[in-house]
Amino acid sequence: MYLLILALPLLGSLITGFGGRWLGRYGAAILSTTCVLLSTFLAILIFYEVGLSGTTCYIYLAPWIESGIFNLSWGFLFDSLTSVMLIVITVVSSLVHLYSIKYMENDPHCPRFMSYLEIFTFFMLVLVTSDNLIQMFLGWEGVGLASYLLINFWYTRLAANQSAIKALVVNRIGDFGLSLGILVIFYIFHSVEYMTIFSMVPFFTDYYLLFMGFNIHGLTLAGIFLFIGAVGKSAQLGLHTWLPDAMEGPTPVSALIHAATMVTAGVFLMVRFSPLLEYSPVVLFTLVVFGSLTAFFAAMTGVFQNDLKRVIAYSTCSQLGYMIFSCGISCYNVSMFHLTNHAFFKALLFLSAGSVIHAVSDEQDMRRMGSLLKFLPLTYSLMLVGSLALAGFPFLAGFYSKDFILELTQMSLYPNLNLSYGAFSCWLGSMSVFFTSFYSFRLIYLTFMNSTNSNRVIVNTIHESSFLMSLPLIILGIGSIFVGYLTRDFFIGLGTNFWGSSILILPQHSNFVEAEWLPVVTKWLPFHLSILGISLASFINLTPAFYFFLKFPRTLSFFTFLVNKKWYFDILYNRFLVYPSMHFGYLVSFKNLDRGFIELLGPYGLAKLMPLWSSSLSKLQTGQLTHYIFFTILGLCLFLVLVLFLHSPLFSLSSSLLGLFLILPFFV
Amino acid sequence: MLNQINCISISSLLFLISILGIFLNQKNILVMLMSLEMMFLAVSFNLILSSIYLDDIVGQVFSLLILTVAAAESSIGLAILVVYYRIRGTITVELMSLTKG
Repeated sequence: MYLLILALPLLGSLITGFGGRWLGRYGAAILSTTCVLLSTFLAILIFYEVGLSGTTCYIYLAPWIESGIFNLSWGFLFDSLTSVMLIVITVVSSLVHLYSIKYMENDPHCPRFMSYLEIFTFFMLVLVTSDNLIQMFLGWEGVGLASYLLINFWYTRLAANQSAIKALVVNRIGDFGLSLGILVIFYIFHSVEYMTIFSMVPFFTDYYLLFMGFNIHGLTLAGIFLFIGAVGKSAQLGLHTWLPDAMEGPTPVSALIHAATMVTAGVFLMVRFSPLLEYSPVVLFTLVVFGSLTAFFAAMTGVFQNDLKRVIAYSTCSQLGYMIFSCGISCYNVSMFHLTNHAFFKALLFLSAGSVIHAVSDEQDMRRMGSLLKFLPLTYSLMLVGSLALAGFPFLAGFYSKDFILELTQMSLYPNLNLSYGAFSCWLGSMSVFFTSFYSFRLIYLTFMNSTNSNRVIVNTIHESSFLMSLPLIILGIGSIFVGYLTRDFFIGLGTNFWGSSILILPQHSNFVEAEWLPVVTKWLPFHLSILGISLASFINLTPAFYFFLKFPRTLSFFTFLVNKKWYFDILYNRFLVYPSMHFGYLVSFKNLDRGFIELLGPYGLAKLMPLWSSSLSKLQTGQLTHYIFFTILGLCLFLVLVLFLHSPLFSLSSSLLGLFLILPFFV
Repeated sequence: MLNQINCISISSLLFLISILGIFLNQKNILVMLMSLEMMFLAVSFNLILSSIYLDDIVGQVFSLLILTVAAAESSIGLAILVVYYRIRGTITVELMSLTKG
């Protein structure tokens, strides 16, 4: 059962991938969906056995690499953390599969799509179930590959190709960091297996690496490198540029990759390595800074985006920032809780957006939508549920996790906890709550409430999508409402032993009890902020005259322009990183070095030199008898003179002799 | 009278003169051949003188051998020259430039 959950998606993917031609469109869709559904049921069983009953399962499959002290095996570790991730991945994946049957109905490459979706699920499962870093890295890279294939699914589109390459390359930067992290961990612990590493971490708290005269704290270095990996995969500030561009893929892909699965891999890595990160305050601080900056930046950018999917993509980015900084304040279980809830409501939002896009004939610009409330009541209600859950409306999924994260950051009010850097995340997180609810409801208003901006032809064809597309939405909607309430007690309840040994929180970092005793005013703060955001969005959209005020000051319009252009991150990167490096690659390393100096000294130059040389040598032979005699006697004299020189101690001519012979032909 | 310096200087001088005869003469191939014969003469002269000086017969044997070789060489050389003259109608050295590199 434990290995079947991995084998089923792989088998399904291979069969639909290689046999799609014979299975046909519906055959491939049904086969792959069945495989994922079966593994979903298995995941629920595993969740019961491992998560609820608390029986951690470890499976040793086969030896992989054995070289000296480096022993690596194919092993699978199912603990509480893995079981939660399994639930998230398989549920979202199977719903996305179900959804894509109808959504991709008219696409000519349906079996390929299903195969890619399924291989993606497989690699994600490999990532979360592995018991060592190398196997995890296999899943990590596989997920990157699958995301490339999926974003690039419509490979005839230039934008899809570009963004897929961007996603892969930007991810690869993070992957490089992660591989360095693996190397550092192996250097420190001489092992890449989680069990060994985590049990040895407390003995290495004072371990320093001497590198180029600097003493570097080993655990900090490893943690920073792992975090660089997470930055790439989880789209934190700095390497976030690939995530919004990855919206070029089909919408179910966005739901799968950019809402629930791939981007959570970075957070999963951070949570998995909690026993290591806990011992390095520098890494925790870095997590807080980057996480809160990402949350704030992405939430703010999401406000002025006009593409329906891009808004949701930025909201994903922002929520990932929440997860990362809650890891930074040592609340890994809250981070996982938010990850689970977020998977449900973000998949719901993406799939609803897909439903909307499907209904309005593949139009993605929110400014060309409007008044879809009358045409798509079901999608509207589900999207409202998703948006409320995202905005942290009380008693929906986001409320339980996000507000608790904010409460935990508010602990930095108390100076005796040594959490002063938490104030950073508190402020930025609270402000992004406001922005989050604002853009969620801006999306709702522009898409559903305001009067329509689309043309008559499109409006005439708007229809609610079929049952197969609505069913996943409904299930996810139910999930978005209830998952937070139902699971909060064993995820983040006080004194819960659900996580067992899969997460380590040092006692001096644990502030859960204190968070329960915050003043009521501070506890209400996130709720007030989100209500403020909702009402501001309503105010702006329900009173159209307000837009004139918004347009009036030039500084404000410049600011909106700046935010709409994503703070010029892409342009700055292109101008100062991408273009110079391409320029360097073409001008310096290609034109000047490869085709220049090296070729001049190597094949090209020698090929030019030898004929020149030989022709000048052959010109010595003029055919004149007198010249030949001249050279004969000259040679004789030369040899006599050289013998004289070589035997005298004053001159050592052996090198200049050689040079003389080399230069001589040129003077002839 | 017959000391080593005299022997070597006489034969060397003869050899040097013949070399200069080849080296400086750019016109006449007959003079070249004559200089060549003179080089043989210098070599045999050297051998004979040193054989007398060292009181050893081998030098003279060698000089006799060189004499025959020189005779054969000059006869073959002159034969080649005659054949060449028959074909080209001239024995000017500057025009002998068919073996260009």
